[in-house]
Amino acid sequence: MAVNTTSASHTPRAATRQAGAPPQLRAIRVHQQRIIKTVILTVTSLFLGIPPLSMLIFTLRHPLSGRWSLDPWKAIFTADGSALGADLSTLWSGLGISLGLCMATVVIMLLLLVPVMVIAHIRSKRLERIIEWVATLPLTIPAIVLVVGLGPIYRWLSTDVLSSNPIWLCFAYAILVMPYAFRALTVGLNSIDVLTLCETARSLGASWARVFFRVLLPNLWQSMLSASFISISVVLGEYTVASLLGRMNLQVALYQLGQSNSQISTAMSLLALLFGVLLLVSIDLISGAMRRSKENNQPCL
Amino acid sequence: MTATMYQESPAVAGMSHVPAAAGPSASSQPSITARHRKQLGTFAVSMPFFAYTACFLLAPTLIVIFGAFQSSQGGFTITNFRKLVEPNTISAFATSLLVSFTSALIGAIVGAAAAYALTIGTQPNGMLRRVISAMSSVLAQFGGVMLAFAFIATIGINGVGTMLIRQLTGQTVNPNWLSSLPGLVTVYSYFQIPLMIIIFLPAVDSIRPQWREATENLGGTTWQYWTKIAGPMLLPRFISALLLLFANAFSAYATAAALFSQRSILVPLMIQGAMRNEMDPNQQGFAQVLAFAMIVIVAIVMLLSHALEKRAGRWQ
Repeated sequence: MAVNTTSASHTPRAATRQAGAPPQLRAIRVHQQRIIKTVILTVTSLFLGIPPLSMLIFTLRHPLSGRWSLDPWKAIFTADGSALGADLSTLWSGLGISLGLCMATVVIMLLLLVPVMVIAHIRSKRLERIIEWVATLPLTIPAIVLVVGLGPIYRWLSTDVLSSNPIWLCFAYAILVMPYAFRALTVGLNSIDVLTLCETARSLGASWARVFFRVLLPNLWQSMLSASFISISVVLGEYTVASLLGRMNLQVALYQLGQSNSQISTAMSLLALLFGVLLLVSIDLISGAMRRSKENNQPCL
Repeated sequence: MTATMYQESPAVAGMSHVPAAAGPSASSQPSITARHRKQLGTFAVSMPFFAYTACFLLAPTLIVIFGAFQSSQGGFTITNFRKLVEPNTISAFATSLLVSFTSALIGAIVGAAAAYALTIGTQPNGMLRRVISAMSSVLAQFGGVMLAFAFIATIGINGVGTMLIRQLTGQTVNPNWLSSLPGLVTVYSYFQIPLMIIIFLPAVDSIRPQWREATENLGGTTWQYWTKIAGPMLLPRFISALLLLFANAFSAYATAAALFSQRSILVPLMIQGAMRNEMDPNQQGFAQVLAFAMIVIVAIVMLLSHALEKRAGRWQ
């Protein structure tokens, strides 16, 4: 009892109502917390919400004449910027290159990571730890630093081995997306019992190739999908490597277009942002589905 | 994306013991040749991964490090580092550190408060919480050119906010505000706050309501609860997250590059300038030296953050 009165004295309203009644006290604290919660979340969402909203208004209202129109959006969806005096060809080539880069990067990333992660998961704890260290290393080495070292490599690649086609940026991008993809795949590997699946399939006479393609991959596809989505959204937003190596991609094109027509480039950025939201929401849904299937704990053999 | 990484890491750590325990039973009684074949198989499968990372991760890093110590004739030298103590470079480093630290501090405090607010009175799978954490993982990656456009549209010369302020109060916002330091810190905070929300949510989740109730039952006040119980529990993880945010801002290039086209006031922008003037003999190894210094700083910060995270893990 004494305990309750001391703590009640800090909240005068509790004292007046019913001194030292724990449920009331809690109710008041919960009420206060709810106010604090609303204030914090409102202020944060305002700060985070205003710039995208401004982007939308900016694309609809011409900044100099103050005229409202849908022209920038029309220009994007009809692929014809002549009404606004803008040449959109750079934008389309940048977008095309970035989409190609997404596909190439995802393929390289899956080919590199999935087999080695599966085998390390089954066979060697130590190898798994080494792979984790290597795969998360790009977080410690900033892209701007990596680009300094990649410069000579790409100079050599473009003159002696391949070409200066921007699609070869996929080699560098596979490194940039590695930490994110690695985490997504790790979650998938840990959510199924790889070892039991392998032993069962092997003792039933399946070859390793069969185990990998017919047993493990069907159980890992969700995490492979979310690793791919993460990689796509990283590649679509990449600017540092492409611009410093002098290659074209979506962000470089957006930057160049921004110098001549800021409305169209802002509209395109908003679309890219929406696409990013779409990708990440699907990842959220996928991981939700993975959680549920793990709770049911029935890996489909 | 960083989202999924940090969110899932506790789960990863928790589960990693399972396969280790099951490991020995897998290779029940292997003959020597079978074990050799197994090792050979593991080696063959992991080879491409290590070869690839050697080419595109290890090699660039080594090129940076060797380049930093290489003279124009190709021999070993440390004279390249002399450019590191020139007033220009020092001021770029100071600005970079200042902007990174301030934006990390703002991001960490606001983000931690928001993460805490998200856990009050909601279920772990509540709608509001899921929406905000999904949005945060998008916005934490929303950097570069597009972020610069967002802020130019908001308070650039012809920004919506600028117009609104002019019409409502009659005052004109300084058109160069975005390229000033407070402006840059504001822009950086835009991706730091969501990142902090994602990193810090698991930490606030680990606080149990029972501790609060226990404090109350023992006669503790809210102040005592925060300074004696929740504060010390959260502090290591808060500082670890703060350091991560710092490294994140320190290595950011694209946003600043899109906002400042000419001036090299930050280290990454200086690297850009040095890369463009690589043919200038005066600039020998300068980009590499700057990049090397960045690696050192980021590595120290990440190691500290990792150590603190480990320390925090002891409580869980």
